[in-house]
Amino acid sequence: MENKTERIIGAEAVVRSLLEEGADLAYGYPGGAIMPIYDELYKYQEKLHHVLTRHEQGAIHAAQGFARVTGKVGVALATSGPGATNLITGIADAQIDSTPLVCITGQVASHLLGTDAFQETDVISISAPVTKWNIQVTKSQDIPAAIAKAFYIAKSGRPGPVLIDITKDAQLGELDYSYEKCTAVRSYKPVPETDIEKVKEAAELINAAKKPFIVFGQGVILGEAEAELKALIEKSGIPSAWTVLGLSALPTEHPLNVGMVGMHGHYGPNKLTNECDLLIAIGMRFDDRVTGNLETYAKQAKVVHFDIDPAEIDKNVKTDVAVLGNSKDTLSKILPFIDEKSHDAWFDEFKKYRDIENEAVINPQLNPTKEGLTMGEVINQVNKETNGDAVVVSDVGQHQMFTVRYADFTTTRSNVTSGGLGTMGFALPAAIGAKMGAPEREVVTFIGDGGYQMTCQELGTILQTKAAVKIVVLNNEYLGMVRQWQQLFFDKRYASTTMINPDFIKLAEAYDIKARKVVKREELAEAVKEMIASDESYFLEVMIEKEDNVFPMVPTGASVSDVRLK
Amino acid sequence: MEKQLFTISVYTENNPGLLNRIATIFLKRHINIESLNVSQSEIENVHRFTIAARMTEVAVKKLVGQIEKQIEVIKAYYHTDDEIIFHETALYKIASNLLFDKREIQNIIKNSHASIVTVNPEFFVIEKTGFRKETQELYNQLAPYGIMQFVRTGRISVSKTEMKISEQLKNL
Repeated sequence: MENKTERIIGAEAVVRSLLEEGADLAYGYPGGAIMPIYDELYKYQEKLHHVLTRHEQGAIHAAQGFARVTGKVGVALATSGPGATNLITGIADAQIDSTPLVCITGQVASHLLGTDAFQETDVISISAPVTKWNIQVTKSQDIPAAIAKAFYIAKSGRPGPVLIDITKDAQLGELDYSYEKCTAVRSYKPVPETDIEKVKEAAELINAAKKPFIVFGQGVILGEAEAELKALIEKSGIPSAWTVLGLSALPTEHPLNVGMVGMHGHYGPNKLTNECDLLIAIGMRFDDRVTGNLETYAKQAKVVHFDIDPAEIDKNVKTDVAVLGNSKDTLSKILPFIDEKSHDAWFDEFKKYRDIENEAVINPQLNPTKEGLTMGEVINQVNKETNGDAVVVSDVGQHQMFTVRYADFTTTRSNVTSGGLGTMGFALPAAIGAKMGAPEREVVTFIGDGGYQMTCQELGTILQTKAAVKIVVLNNEYLGMVRQWQQLFFDKRYASTTMINPDFIKLAEAYDIKARKVVKREELAEAVKEMIASDESYFLEVMIEKEDNVFPMVPTGASVSDVRLK
Repeated sequence: MEKQLFTISVYTENNPGLLNRIATIFLKRHINIESLNVSQSEIENVHRFTIAARMTEVAVKKLVGQIEKQIEVIKAYYHTDDEIIFHETALYKIASNLLFDKREIQNIIKNSHASIVTVNPEFFVIEKTGFRKETQELYNQLAPYGIMQFVRTGRISVSKTEMKISEQLKNL
C-alpha cells in the first residue's frame, strides 16, 4: 500500500486518525491545552460528532456506556490538569470492567513539562495503574501511530482503557500525515494460544460430571460468544448462572438460566456452588463479590476456567483445567467434544432453591402486600412495558442489585452497570452514551437518589443532545446500600446515609425534561407506560419503602453457601 | 507457604513509564523490592529488569502474571537462587592514609579478592563482586577502620536454563 503524506498540524491529525478508526462520536470537555483539537473538531463536525458533557466524568462514563452497548471503542477528550484528573474514575472503572476506551488529554507545551505550569498534572503517572496502556506524545509526527496503537490495544484481547496525553505544541506543530492501522505490537500478545489438549481435558471433566455448574461473566459478551455459550449450555444440559457483568449474555427466560451468583445473587446458585462437582467458569474472574470467603468456595468441586487473560488463571481460585483463548473460539472448539446430556435431578435442586427464594424474597418483592413501593416492582413494571428488550443502565447500590436481579433481558449487551469499581454517578452519563450507541433501542436507567446527585449535571447533556434516555430514580431518601449494612452490621447507626433531597421533578423540568413522581402503587403502571411511550427523555421518580433491604445476601467474608434470605 | 527470595527477570521495550508501572504492581501488593537493576539485555533494543523480592511462590506467580500483562513487557520470569547465577557489586571508599597506616587493610583486600579501582592522595576505592554475603563480609571487616562511602548494586543474574525470549521475539 502506498502511503501518500499530507502536511497538516497535529490537532488535525488527531481528528483524522479518530475518523480512520471509525470513531465518529466522541465525548468531552474543552479547555486550554486541548483547544487546537477542539478547533479541528469544529472544522470536522460534519464527520465527527462531539458531545459536550457537563463534567469530564460525564464524558468518560458516556463513552463507557457507548462502548458497552456497541462493542466499539469509546472516545473521551479532556484538557490537561483537572480535565485529565476528572477522567480518572471512569478510566479506573473501564479498566476493572474491561471496557475499550481511548482517552485523549491535552497537556501543557513540552517546554513547560515539569515546571508546575498552569493546569499541568502528570496524567501519565496518575493513570498508569488504571490504564491498559498510556503514552505521552510530545512530537506532532508521533500522533497518528500513537492513536493507531491506542485503538489496537484498547480493543484487542481483554479490552481496556488507554490514554494518550498530547502536548499543546505537538497539537500545533506540523507533520507529514499518513495513517496506518496498528495490527501488532511485538511485546503484546492479545489472545493466548488455545491448547487443544486442554480443551479435550475440559470436555472430559464436563462429560464425566454429575453435578456440573456453569458460571459465566462478561468474557462471553466481550468475545461475542453468546451463541456458542448457548449451544454449550443446551448440548451439555448444564445449569448456568451469571455474574453481574455476564448478565444479558443469555436471555433471562432461557430454561437453563438459573440466575446470578455472588453477594446478592440467587439462592440456589450460591448454595449449589458448594455442592457442584464441577465448576465451569467462563470469562469471569472470581471477584470477591462472587466468591465470598475463598477458603470455603467450591472446595468440593473441580474447576475449569475459560479465560482470555492468563493472569486470571489461579489468581483467586485454583483451577484444575485452564482453557486460554477468546471465548468464542474456545467454546466453539469444545462443543464437538461435549456429550449431549441433561441433568434433570441436579437442575431440580436449583428449582427447589428457587421455590424457597420465590416465597421468601421474590414474591414479596414483586407483589408486595405492604404499603410502600419496592424497587423490584418498579423494575418489573418496566419489564412489562419493554418486554425485556430495553438496554438497562444501573448505577451503584441497592437499586443496582435489584435491577440486575429483576430486570429481564432478551438481548446481549443490554446490561450496563459499573460492576468492578462500583462507581456511583455512573448511570446517567452511561445511559446517554448507551442511547447514542443504540439509538433504535429503549434505554432505561435506574438510579438511586444518592448516585443520581453525583452526576445529575448531565441532564444538561440530555437537554443539549435530546438523547431520549428514560430515567428512573428509585428514591428511598437514603444511601440505601450503606444504610442496609449499617442496619445489619453497625447496630442501625445510620452515619451520614440520610439524604435530604431536592425537588427532583423541578430539577428535571429545569432541563426541559418531562417529569413525574410516583408515591402510590396505583400510579405506577400508568406512569411507567407513559415514560416508555415517550419519544423524548423522561424522568420518573418513584418513592420507595425507606428501609427495604436487598436479599439474598452473602455477608462479607461469609461462605456463599451461608447466603441469607433475610 | 514460606516466603523466599525470588529473582524476577523482565524483558521489556525501552519506554519511559514502564518502571513506574512495574513498581506499582509491587506497591499495590505491599511487596518490598529488595533490589532492582535495569540494563540492556542480550537482545538489541530490549531492556531487562532484574528485581529481587521476598514473597511466597504463589504470590510471585501472580505477580509475574500481572507484570507480563503490561503491554510493553515482552516476557517475565521468576527464579529461586539455585536456578540462577547471580552477583552484586559493591564499592567501598576509604581514606588513603589507612591503606598505608593499617597493614591489616591490605590483607583484608588481598584475602577478599577485591580489586582496587582507584587510588589518589585522599582516598582509594575498592570494588568487590560476589554474593551479598561476601560484599557484606568485606563491609564488616572494613567498617571498624571507617568507610567514607559504601554502595552496592542491585542483584544481576542469568538463569541456568534457557529463557526462550529471543525465539519468542523472532516469531513476532
